[in-house]
Amino acid sequence: MRTPTFLLVCLVVAAAVFASAVAFGNDYVFFAGYVVLQYVVLSTAWNILGGYCGYVNFGSAAFFALGAYSSVAIYKFHPLPIPVLLVFGGAVSGLVGFGMGYLTLRLRGAFFAIATLALAVVLQTLVVNWDYVGGSRGAYIVRPEVIEPIGNYIRYLFLIMILLAVAAITVARLIEHSRLGYGFATIRDDELAAEACGVPTLRLKLVATTISGALMGMAGAPFPYYIGYLQPSSTFGLDYAVNSIAMPLIGGTTSWVGPLVGALLLGSLQQIATVTISSAVNLLIVGCLLVGFVIVAPNGIVGLVHTYLQRKPDDFVGRRKVDADQPGTVP
Amino acid sequence: MIFSFDLLINAVVSGVLIGGFYAAVTCGVSLSFGILDIVNIAHPAFIILGSYVAYIVNATFGLDPILTAIIMTPAFFVLGAGIYQVYYVSFEKRGQESLRGLAFFFGLLFITEVSLVLYFGVDYRYVDAVYIGPSVHLGQLDLPLRILVPCLVSLLLIAVLQLILTRTFIGRAIMAVAQDSFALRLMAVDPVRIKRIAFGISIATASLAGAFLIIIQPVEPSVGREYIGRVFAICVLGGMGSLPGTVIAAMLIGIVESLTSTFYGPSWAPAVSFGFLLLTLAVRPAGIMGR
Repeated sequence: MRTPTFLLVCLVVAAAVFASAVAFGNDYVFFAGYVVLQYVVLSTAWNILGGYCGYVNFGSAAFFALGAYSSVAIYKFHPLPIPVLLVFGGAVSGLVGFGMGYLTLRLRGAFFAIATLALAVVLQTLVVNWDYVGGSRGAYIVRPEVIEPIGNYIRYLFLIMILLAVAAITVARLIEHSRLGYGFATIRDDELAAEACGVPTLRLKLVATTISGALMGMAGAPFPYYIGYLQPSSTFGLDYAVNSIAMPLIGGTTSWVGPLVGALLLGSLQQIATVTISSAVNLLIVGCLLVGFVIVAPNGIVGLVHTYLQRKPDDFVGRRKVDADQPGTVP
Repeated sequence: MIFSFDLLINAVVSGVLIGGFYAAVTCGVSLSFGILDIVNIAHPAFIILGSYVAYIVNATFGLDPILTAIIMTPAFFVLGAGIYQVYYVSFEKRGQESLRGLAFFFGLLFITEVSLVLYFGVDYRYVDAVYIGPSVHLGQLDLPLRILVPCLVSLLLIAVLQLILTRTFIGRAIMAVAQDSFALRLMAVDPVRIKRIAFGISIATASLAGAFLIIIQPVEPSVGREYIGRVFAICVLGGMGSLPGTVIAAMLIGIVESLTSTFYGPSWAPAVSFGFLLLTLAVRPAGIMGR
């Protein structure tokens, strides 16, 4: 499918989802749906760097919070419409992602992962000590009750998030089938070999961190308007980090479908678990699912479906042979 | 900001003492990440687990936390060996350790933390021991025993570890497996077994570090998160797997953090170690004592 057609299909699906949510009549659907869609954007963004390039980002919460706090900073100065805030949040997070990548991406992958963890704490400390955006007390945002012609404000936020999700997925799919995506895949599979073949690995990795960071920031930008009261400890919370890693890994990291499936499944599951059991238990579920999936089904749900559809009797023998390869044999 | 020589000396000394404790927290990571190349970001979670074990035993039997921790090291060793076995079979053997191995440890960190929250709640827990209240006064210096004792025991722990690594067969095999596991096989040593033992030792140190932690400060499940960056900052700064380097780096970070919190306020202290980490990674990734 060509990209414009794909985009059109996505938009039609988004419109259908929005229409059926309106038809449902209860505004809670929008509140819950917003969170799920936010996770679709976050996990798709994470997957551009994590799934396509193989670089783990533990700092999703930091990029998300950067977007959210740049909205707050602008709001304190002068309230602007959310689409403008999206651009701003995306730009700030993208820049930070670029700088971060520039500092650490020359090193082995694990260093990048640890540095992203560090980034989250540094940024949190900065925000806690920055009184202009509320410091540790948090910041209030007064949002309008209704917005014409959509109606209730939460519907407007939902609409923005679903459009952002469509955009994120389209970007991810576009990357996957482009020169850029093939470059990313070579980095994931064997960076040294890629470098030797003339793939500009550092430049590609920087592109990936920038796009991924910008999308995460965009996901965070409308968040203050959604939550109404923004507080550093919850905005930088570990649940964003763990969810944006767990969702792509559970869904499958090799294509844009994986994060979407993972986010929709896990996001809805969490919404249900939060209401019916408790929010601590649902985080435990996510952790256990993450560990279970990476051990048992390394290619996620998409991988499982793929194997199931393409299974042949002799296929299993072939796979076992690859699995039995011992490390430490002569390279 | 009040600046006085008195305050400065006290800040530096308490930084050194805290640094000794940080060294105990980091030596496990120096073993696993520095030597074995296993990015165990769940290490702080095991430290918190150690704290809670010390807390439970102390609250029910009134046993000294450090003694408890020493008794519990075999259990933590077995836990570590078990985790390494899972890690080896599921990731290292398949060559997927980079992405999925990291996610695995991240998940472990998360499961441990949430389980502790669900079971014990988010209340701060603390222990009782004779050395927790009093301090030693040396002229202008104030040395609280509850930091001095963990610092001394942790330096002892690191000395023992260093002796094991350089003098015993297993220790030398651990150093060797880091360099060339294939050569180790040619010497008829099973690299997986050596790594399992090394990872077990690394987790066993978490039991002790956990006891130190709960002696120094009250503990709740998410405290471990602050230590992730600090631990890796120290490990990288110390030169990845060099224990003397770890001690030096730990004291350095301890001093800088203590100075920051004395002169700028405690809310800035967490950023220091992370700033250090980013700086080290950018400027000198080999660390102080890098090989």
